[in-house]
Amino acid sequence: MIAGSNLEKVLKSGAFVVTGELGPPKSAEGEKVEHHAEMMREYVDAYNLTDNQTAIVRTSSIACGAMLVHMGLDPIIQITCRDRNRIAIQSDVLGAVALGIKNILCLQGDHAKFGNEPQAKNVNDIDSMQLIRMLKNMRDEQVFAGGEKLEAPINILIGAVENPFADPFEYRAYRLAKKVEAGIDFLQTQAIFDMERFERWMEKVRELGIHKKVPILAGVIPMKSLGAARYMKNNVSGMIVPDEVLERMKGAANKKEEGIQICVETIEHLKNVEGVAGVHIMAVAWEEIVPEIVTRAGLLPRPKF
Amino acid sequence: MIVGERKPLQEILKAVEKYEKVLVLGCGECVTVCMAGGDKEARETALAISLARKKAGKAVEVESHTVERQCEFEFLESTRKGVEAADVIVSLACGVGVQTMNMHYQDKLTLPGINTTFMGLPVQQGVWMENCLGCGNCVLEETMGICPIARCSKSMLNGPCGGSQYGKCEISKDVDCGWNLIYERLEKFGKLDALAEIKPPKDWSTTHSGGPRKMVREDVKL
Repeated sequence: MIAGSNLEKVLKSGAFVVTGELGPPKSAEGEKVEHHAEMMREYVDAYNLTDNQTAIVRTSSIACGAMLVHMGLDPIIQITCRDRNRIAIQSDVLGAVALGIKNILCLQGDHAKFGNEPQAKNVNDIDSMQLIRMLKNMRDEQVFAGGEKLEAPINILIGAVENPFADPFEYRAYRLAKKVEAGIDFLQTQAIFDMERFERWMEKVRELGIHKKVPILAGVIPMKSLGAARYMKNNVSGMIVPDEVLERMKGAANKKEEGIQICVETIEHLKNVEGVAGVHIMAVAWEEIVPEIVTRAGLLPRPKF
Repeated sequence: MIVGERKPLQEILKAVEKYEKVLVLGCGECVTVCMAGGDKEARETALAISLARKKAGKAVEVESHTVERQCEFEFLESTRKGVEAADVIVSLACGVGVQTMNMHYQDKLTLPGINTTFMGLPVQQGVWMENCLGCGNCVLEETMGICPIARCSKSMLNGPCGGSQYGKCEISKDVDCGWNLIYERLEKFGKLDALAEIKPPKDWSTTHSGGPRKMVREDVKL
């Protein structure tokens, strides 16, 4: 065991992992976070807490993570490179560990242009690859980025994301290999709607043997409406929503049910893709649907340790 | 070159509204080439100020002149007469030129008439593109001559990020993904292996992050 988090235990057990995404509120209402976390308690193994996703100011992921720790749940703290330099990130990592947080996910972060503070400076002092290596060095070598020693070791599980739907497509599996080399323990992907492209990416991932080095959790998003599907297709950077999926939503009498059904079918399919170790369900702003999806996808009961 | 864009006339008019003798000073270097602050633009701007003030019934004396290079003291002497006759100077040079003027003629105020936008090049007539941030530590040899600092919106050294699609950057379909360009060029030269190296964090202290920069060369000092 590296960090001893619930996520790590489930990964080690070989069970098909389920993680869920929880978006902190645009307020200081901790009870909202608790409410959504409680809703998913028996249905996910760990919770991603987003770091001001799409550059919109929200309660800090570490603060929300600490709340989950108090609830006996396992948070995965997201950290982006957009808002903090290497001093702040390292300080926040120490703080997060001190608060009982054990899983950290490293991301580059959407450009501030997309958020509600488009005039903010994009920090990007280090990039996501360098963030992974920095955390690995803090953990394994007990050294900060600048070379100074930590006074005591930290135990964290390091994760990252990769986007099979970004370009150049041919490079994406190799970039994941680079993240593995940089030091990750698990990976989550961008949401999958284009299964054909995902399968082609996984083929390359298997060819490179990456799936044997790190568990890959495939991302899924349940679509709540046709509008949501269209929005993801046209406005969310780095996503591909094929026309067939839109057509299916368009033709459905009950859009919500169709969205759930597509998500469940996607998970059923992913269970049989060699090298996929689990799913990451991103039902942001529709958290209450997670139990139904997990149930219908046959992912219950979740392992207990 | 340094690329600039003339400020809106209203902004310039407001800046000079309290003055009666204005000198519009062009520069014969970069801003002439990018058609923002050369002799032609200096004359046009002087004329526009004059007309607007006449219309508003607040007459003004406006002269225009252009020096060969506003960013060096020695070239500024050629305009001394005009500067001494004026109440205020509107410089159409880049920010460097404006500041050189204020340093050289400390008893007169020189105002900016253009916005200095970036260091770059004209990619076609009327289109300029930023391609150097002057970071003080060039990495172009590692990236096939395409700058990841200037041409990646996130200045990544281990790109491209997940926002790169169809060769474009997530911030706009009008912006090429710098890392996609690097990838294509590495591929063309059979050097994709270079991407496997985890590039360490950049030393940003050689940029403005390290404070205002100054270069001293003993070998050429007098």
